[in-house]
Amino acid sequence: MINLIRSLGRWGLGTFERQGRAHLFLFNMLLGIPGLFLRFSLVVQQLFSVGVLSILIILISGLFVGMVLGLQGYNTLVDFGAEESLGVLVSLSLVRELGPVVSALLFAGRAGSALTAEIGLMKSTEQLSGMEMMAVDPIRRIIAPRFLAGIIAMPLLAAIFSAVGILGGFLVGHGLLGVDDGAFWSQMQAKTDLYDDILNGVIKSVVFGFVVTWIALFEGHDATPTSEGVGRATTRTVVHSAFAILGLDFVLTALMFGDE
Amino acid sequence: MPLVKIRDLHFYRGNRAIFDGVNIDIERGKVTAIMGPSGTGKTTLLKLIGGQLRPHQGTIEVDGQDVHKLSHSQLYELRKRMGMLFQSGALLTDLNVYDNVAFPLREHTDLPESLIRDLVLMKLQSVGLRNARNMSPNELSGGMARRVALARAVALEPMMIMYDEPFTGQDPISMGTLVNLIHRMNDAMGLTSIVVSHDVAETAEIADNIYLLSDGKIIEQGTTLQLKHSSSQWVQQFMQGLPDGPVPFHYGGRDYADDLLNPEENA
Ligand SMILES: Nc1ncnc2c1ncn2[C@@H]1O[C@H](COP(=O)(O)OP(=O)(O)O)[C@@H](O)[C@H]1O
Ligand SMILES: [Mg+2]
Repeated sequence: MINLIRSLGRWGLGTFERQGRAHLFLFNMLLGIPGLFLRFSLVVQQLFSVGVLSILIILISGLFVGMVLGLQGYNTLVDFGAEESLGVLVSLSLVRELGPVVSALLFAGRAGSALTAEIGLMKSTEQLSGMEMMAVDPIRRIIAPRFLAGIIAMPLLAAIFSAVGILGGFLVGHGLLGVDDGAFWSQMQAKTDLYDDILNGVIKSVVFGFVVTWIALFEGHDATPTSEGVGRATTRTVVHSAFAILGLDFVLTALMFGDE
Repeated sequence: MPLVKIRDLHFYRGNRAIFDGVNIDIERGKVTAIMGPSGTGKTTLLKLIGGQLRPHQGTIEVDGQDVHKLSHSQLYELRKRMGMLFQSGALLTDLNVYDNVAFPLREHTDLPESLIRDLVLMKLQSVGLRNARNMSPNELSGGMARRVALARAVALEPMMIMYDEPFTGQDPISMGTLVNLIHRMNDAMGLTSIVVSHDVAETAEIADNIYLLSDGKIIEQGTTLQLKHSSSQWVQQFMQGLPDGPVPFHYGGRDYADDLLNPEENA
């Protein structure tokens, strides 16, 4: 019994300590961001590996999610004779929810895990330590550019996801099921609001980009510097990111759309 | 005045004292070796000197400055004048040899690219790897990687350089090359060198002074000649590489015969 309490206490302390380190790490990253505007090429490089390299998976997933939405939405709407509203259903689902959430989950799996592995490997091969001894702060030189790139890339990827998804919904709705294309687009335009829907979706994905990239970089930086440790850190990045995304999505949705 | 002055150094990992009251003086312009068995804390000592770790008690002064009282930016200024050679070389794997050596120059100076090129080629020439400049770090052998790391460490013309086990895992030829290089760098550039190692023969060849470290304490210090003729059994065992002596071959624990006769206790 005593042992149980003791190990519970140790677990609690360990968790708090880790939280402390994670927040200190975030603070240092944020301090490093202003300097990046003088050397923006560092960020551009990372935008490529974090963003551009994730585009393919985003395109393919977005298309299929949109197509499935088209099919499922049509089946429900047609019972009420409201199949013309398919465009609204597809676009609102994507822009408000699925675009930010699913693309963030994919981003965590594709870019987040890669970031953790990269930073963890740099740590275990003493590259980060070596940089410190060359009087180059790895947080500013290596970590901060990746952080900023993640925050910039995430909303762009979510926008691509939603756009392709709407296209997928249209292909199925109009091409396969014969929904009128004029009604599809005009109802969508009329019912999708720039601020309430699109901007809120963008805010969500900025938050997700921030959190996922933070988790990924921290896990890499905090990894036990062995191959096993880096492997475990990579797994943790994906799992923790998924929890964070889904949990935050609920909170943000409640804040944004709760009073409608 | 010594370049590095360590006084009453205490450092713990958990409950284990890695350093338990250590005093070391590193003299300017000399090669000082710090030797001891694996796991005694040699790498830890270099990280303490470089300000990457903080002692629990005691002080470390480098060139008159207390390393652990400096601000972040003062510490980084000081580090520009200290080079460190990691055991693995710690080359940046996404850059080639040339860019690795150019890295500290590009980070810390505003020199034009043409001048950086001259400097990089000069440093690579001095370690004999000018023609390997387009290779990537994972194409290099261990010895070559350490030589590139050495070229990078001296790129900013530091006042001192710390070598972490430079000879470990090297074939005899690259071992000889490295011994030679460390010696030459020290004399030609007026450097102060700290070599941390357990390769006795090679280290003794270049060291002016030697400190022997064991169980958190300095157990012997002096010139190479003094140590070779030390009367301490421990020093003799270490310097001659004898398998058994004051440091037993067997890890402490149960008696062998007892272990064989009572297998059921081995749960
Ligand atoms: N990050 C760490 N966390 C806990 N213990 C460590 C860490 N780094 C080193 N140690 C322990 O400190 C001791 C000294 O390590 P080190 O300085 O690497 O020894 P050496 O370089 O002399 O072989 C070792 O027993 C090692 O297990
Ligand atoms: Mg070591």
